[in-house]
Amino acid sequence: MLFPPPKAPPPRRIVVTGAGVITAFGAGWKINAEGFRSGRTAFRPVTLFDVSRQRCKIAAEIDLPADLPPNQLSRGDLRRLQRASRLLLLAGAEAWKQSGWKPDGPLPLILGTTSGEMCLGQQYLRQTLQTPFSFKGQAERVTHYLVQQQGINLANALGIEGQVITISNACASGANAIGHAWEMVRRGRAERILTGGYDALCHLTFAGFDTLQALSPTPCRPFDAGRDGLTLGEGAAVLALEDLSSAQRRGAEILGEIIGYGATTDTHHLTQPEPEGKAAVAAMQAACASAGVTPEQIDYVNAHGTATPQNDFAETAAIQAWAGQRAATLTVSSTKAGIGHLLGAAGAVEAVVSLMALRGQWLPPQTSLQTPDPLCCFQIVRQPVDAKINTALSNSFGFGGANATLIFRRSP
Amino acid sequence: MSRIFVHGQGAVSPAGWGVPALRASLENERPLPIQSLRRPGWVKPLPVRLVPPPPVRPAFLAHPRLRRASPTTHYTVGAALEAVGHDADLIRSGGLRLGILTCTMTGAISYSRRFYEEVLQNPATASPMIFPETVFNSASSHLASYLGSSAVNYALVGDAATFLQGLAVAAEWLDNGLAEACVVIGAEEPDWTAADALRLFDRRAVHASGAGALYLKTLRPAAAPVELAAVTDSFAPTRAPDRNEAARKMRAQLPAGAPDDLLCASERRNPAWNDWTGKVLTPIEILGEAFAAAAAWQCVAACDAIQQSRCVAANVSITGQSWQAIAARFVNPNYLKTQTRPQP
Repeated sequence: MLFPPPKAPPPRRIVVTGAGVITAFGAGWKINAEGFRSGRTAFRPVTLFDVSRQRCKIAAEIDLPADLPPNQLSRGDLRRLQRASRLLLLAGAEAWKQSGWKPDGPLPLILGTTSGEMCLGQQYLRQTLQTPFSFKGQAERVTHYLVQQQGINLANALGIEGQVITISNACASGANAIGHAWEMVRRGRAERILTGGYDALCHLTFAGFDTLQALSPTPCRPFDAGRDGLTLGEGAAVLALEDLSSAQRRGAEILGEIIGYGATTDTHHLTQPEPEGKAAVAAMQAACASAGVTPEQIDYVNAHGTATPQNDFAETAAIQAWAGQRAATLTVSSTKAGIGHLLGAAGAVEAVVSLMALRGQWLPPQTSLQTPDPLCCFQIVRQPVDAKINTALSNSFGFGGANATLIFRRSP
Repeated sequence: MSRIFVHGQGAVSPAGWGVPALRASLENERPLPIQSLRRPGWVKPLPVRLVPPPPVRPAFLAHPRLRRASPTTHYTVGAALEAVGHDADLIRSGGLRLGILTCTMTGAISYSRRFYEEVLQNPATASPMIFPETVFNSASSHLASYLGSSAVNYALVGDAATFLQGLAVAAEWLDNGLAEACVVIGAEEPDWTAADALRLFDRRAVHASGAGALYLKTLRPAAAPVELAAVTDSFAPTRAPDRNEAARKMRAQLPAGAPDDLLCASERRNPAWNDWTGKVLTPIEILGEAFAAAAAWQCVAACDAIQQSRCVAANVSITGQSWQAIAARFVNPNYLKTQTRPQP
């Protein structure tokens, strides 16, 4: 029963026992860890759709692997899988394999996305406009365009069953999904959950950010004094969450612990953050309160850092207000400098980056940063560096004022 | 786990603005008149049921955030404000932390379609004012802004069943203390693409638009109480051979209930309810198919029937467009019988 749920035990410690990720760096934990640790950048001219009439012409596109991992989908199902579903399946299968879980008992999927399989919506509309009496393939496009279908595809591919919840809170979707899943497992509403976010590049979204003049014609430079906009990317990340005692009982490899989550709403404007970042401060404070930590105990902040003038200004103000004197020594970076803004996948991928940093004891640099914005009151990580870090905080802020903060701790 | 009570309902539907209009149309038991919507390239229009203009222009439309907003936002705010009632002032003053959950399948689809048509014509001149309204959480964001609520706020996207998942999420937030009250809204807007897509799966279906809302708290209301007694698991058709099996699993989680309970169903012929002998209400037959909004109307109708003393308990059964099966049960706690309240 979703309600009333099973009798809640005292809040439990929740760990990550599986993680899968795909970005423009490649598919899988190892290649992504190498990319983030070295501060690579993965931007290139867009090839997926025509951008010749747009201001920005670059993105962090993924070269999709030719083969999908072993799965239980039929040949027909596999043929119907589009880009977003494939990204989700690649990340989900990696997390599933690493977790060592078996498909016994219900396993909820809590996912975040902004666009789902928007490319199919685009194809549907083009066909209805260009050939109004041709219906070939249209029903299939509708079925697979529906946002829930990508989660159902993943569940079928892994042979699992359980409810699928999709949160679409713009660019905070992935972080909200992980935070919500964390709350569910922590409070005994589920024994384990697969959670994360995904988004594929599509023309509608690309053009949308371009019309807002939010895209930079050059690779984005978060927190740079000369920053002029974001660069889009695509990808997916999926985490396997379970409680610590269950993971220890099974002898599972623990990648890290999620210890805090905060979610708030910035009511200032649909697309622009309130300049002082008050709702962002509240999200960070709420996450710290649920984690039982203070800013002094945070070793690294993976910032939302989109590289738009407004976001980075407000986030800088928010970090300063939240961290106080600690801000001067706090290490911060935005990994969007390497893989772009992954929208609904951003919070999930950045959660995995935070886990990688905690596990590997390094900080992800922004090697393309030229002149740090003098307003930045914190230490921006600019070069690859090893570091002793135990706790990392990851911010995700989205259109509509959706703010989410997650806090991670090194493996217990 | 805290007990959850319904403190208000709201509805914007083809029957009109407000729960009384919805109630009147359902009591009438006759399908509402069908309007037509032009589909490009076709002479024959698509059948739809549209929300009529409100009798008086709602004051909220003057809010700066809502002037350019999509129809789905207007319906969302209209239904939510009716459900929240006088608590709106308390929320604005910071005296009540409100969690907001919007549930939708197609979101601001008319704006998405318009924007992409502009992109196809010339991306350089596509309107930057339309694009932000296309994000799925624009309606919940506008509602939060209108009410001055900075608490937790999710947009859930999925088929009609998502509205009941939203009720369960709201119950979690209330129990966890993330919010002191929650409004859950299901909303969809009219557009020829949605009506056209629906026709591919059911030629008799009539696309409709609007919104429905439930306002939830843990405190028992003084008058006309309705309690959320249960939300079953949501059975997606993963690994299940067909939708009927998912529906049977859903039904098995509900208590037997009593013969005078109401069943508010998304479809009249659902094998999971073959043995049901009580009264059945299918709002979709009267109002049209509006996905998450239709699910919300079912819940509003169920709660209203209990408040109007037409029954003491009502089951809401939904099989969504992704074949997800889920049900909820509402009861009048003054007449709570042990067999009507499931044990976790």
